[in-house]
Amino acid sequence: MPRIVFIEPDVGRREVQAPVGISLMEVARQNQVEGVIAQCGGACACATCHVYIAPAWLERLPPREEMEQAMLENAWEPRDNSRLSCQILISEALDGLEVTVPQRQG
Amino acid sequence: MISSILIVGAGQAGTQAIDTLRREGFEGRLVLVGDEPQLPYQRPPLSKKFLSDELSMDRLLFRHQSFYDEHRVELRLGVRASALNLAARQVVLESAESLSYDRLLLCLGATSRQLTCPGAKLPGIHYLRTIADVAKIRADIKSGARAVIIGGGYIGLETAATCRKLGCEVTVLEMADRVMNRVVASRVSQYFEEQHLAHGVNIICDARVVRVEGRERVERVICADGSKHEADFLIVGVGAIAASELASAAGLACDNGIVVDEYCRTSDSAVFAAGDCTNHLSLHYGRRVRLESVDNAFEQAKAAALNMLDRPVAHDRVPWFWSDQFDHKLLIVGLSQDHDAQVLRGNPAAGGFSICYFKGRSLLALEAVNQPKDYMAARKLIAERVLLDPKKVADATIPLKEAV
Repeated sequence: MPRIVFIEPDVGRREVQAPVGISLMEVARQNQVEGVIAQCGGACACATCHVYIAPAWLERLPPREEMEQAMLENAWEPRDNSRLSCQILISEALDGLEVTVPQRQG
Repeated sequence: MISSILIVGAGQAGTQAIDTLRREGFEGRLVLVGDEPQLPYQRPPLSKKFLSDELSMDRLLFRHQSFYDEHRVELRLGVRASALNLAARQVVLESAESLSYDRLLLCLGATSRQLTCPGAKLPGIHYLRTIADVAKIRADIKSGARAVIIGGGYIGLETAATCRKLGCEVTVLEMADRVMNRVVASRVSQYFEEQHLAHGVNIICDARVVRVEGRERVERVICADGSKHEADFLIVGVGAIAASELASAAGLACDNGIVVDEYCRTSDSAVFAAGDCTNHLSLHYGRRVRLESVDNAFEQAKAAALNMLDRPVAHDRVPWFWSDQFDHKLLIVGLSQDHDAQVLRGNPAAGGFSICYFKGRSLLALEAVNQPKDYMAARKLIAERVLLDPKKVADATIPLKEAV
């Protein structure tokens, strides 16, 4: 099972197991990563599952689609490596992915 | 000293309250009562990806069992709360168990408004609110089956889109002269009617259902104009009613929902309420509202949890809503009542536009069709009460946040 590293404000670095086929957001929720709220449950309607992806991993992810791109522009402190975690599906290729959780959402 | 908190209602609000209570340091006894047997789950996918079986039960859950164990939550699932005694601070369950509380949070949700015409109880007539409802609908969905959907609101249209994708012949019967007439502008209704039509959904407006006919189960729906619509099954989505019986029977003030103030307090000082079951004061709009919304359930429950711990926090948020139908996304922020002008932004024919509701230069609400940028910008602009220039807003080449 792929491993994902979450870096959370006030908590630090934590490695968790991520089942293939579910979203990065769901992995965060299952592991009680507090800063990933995901109010809409993955419908790409709220931008409260915003995370920063370690730069080395960025190009290994499928690019942002238009909807995600637009939602992110008005998220809290978006950066070039911002993604909505509900739009990233876990695959074996993401083993070791490093994700930083922002200080706040929205 | 608050040593025991009881939450009745295991949906979005109830689950969120657990999270907030424990996170804010509440160490006492915490009991969650829900009338459905499953762990608390998300309802929005029920009409979409869960109905089409693209989302498993496991992924529908808000939290797995381990969350409730770690948060020391005593679950009472699959059991209804049958009575509330305010004086004794006790809730009696239908299992006859009696639960005492120092603070009670009612997150009772809403129930589907029922069809009442002759034939309304025939087998094959479904509602859509719970996992059990979905199981019944799924059993009737097959390629070529004739689905008649009564009500062209969110539930009706989302379900129509899903049934169509699964190969059903779909007819939507809407009582008003356009779909979603209570919740969106006519231009938005028109856009979604066009999308449904393009996908082969038959939408009939001004359709007043007078009777459902069938021998053993539903066979057809009869409208006031005499038209007949043959059906293998029906889905009824004609609105919802606040589930406030437990509260009203106990003597709590209710009026289209449990009446609460901005601190989520009911008319009894030990009892709070959150979510679809409440009629609450919206500070932003300065009036009472009852909302059926994931966002409101989430935010109001957070506020209620803090207030139960005697940390006064007003529930003061601008609500938002969304709907997915085929590949089109409707995003709504704010409440449009009392507007004095509507501004169209963007081009519906090009597949994306927003309707902006103004009162003077204040943006009250915005409905975005495939326009997430406008929606996200409007969330901030409305919450911060930024004054805009409606003429600039009408020019989609100017970013919304710069249309001041």
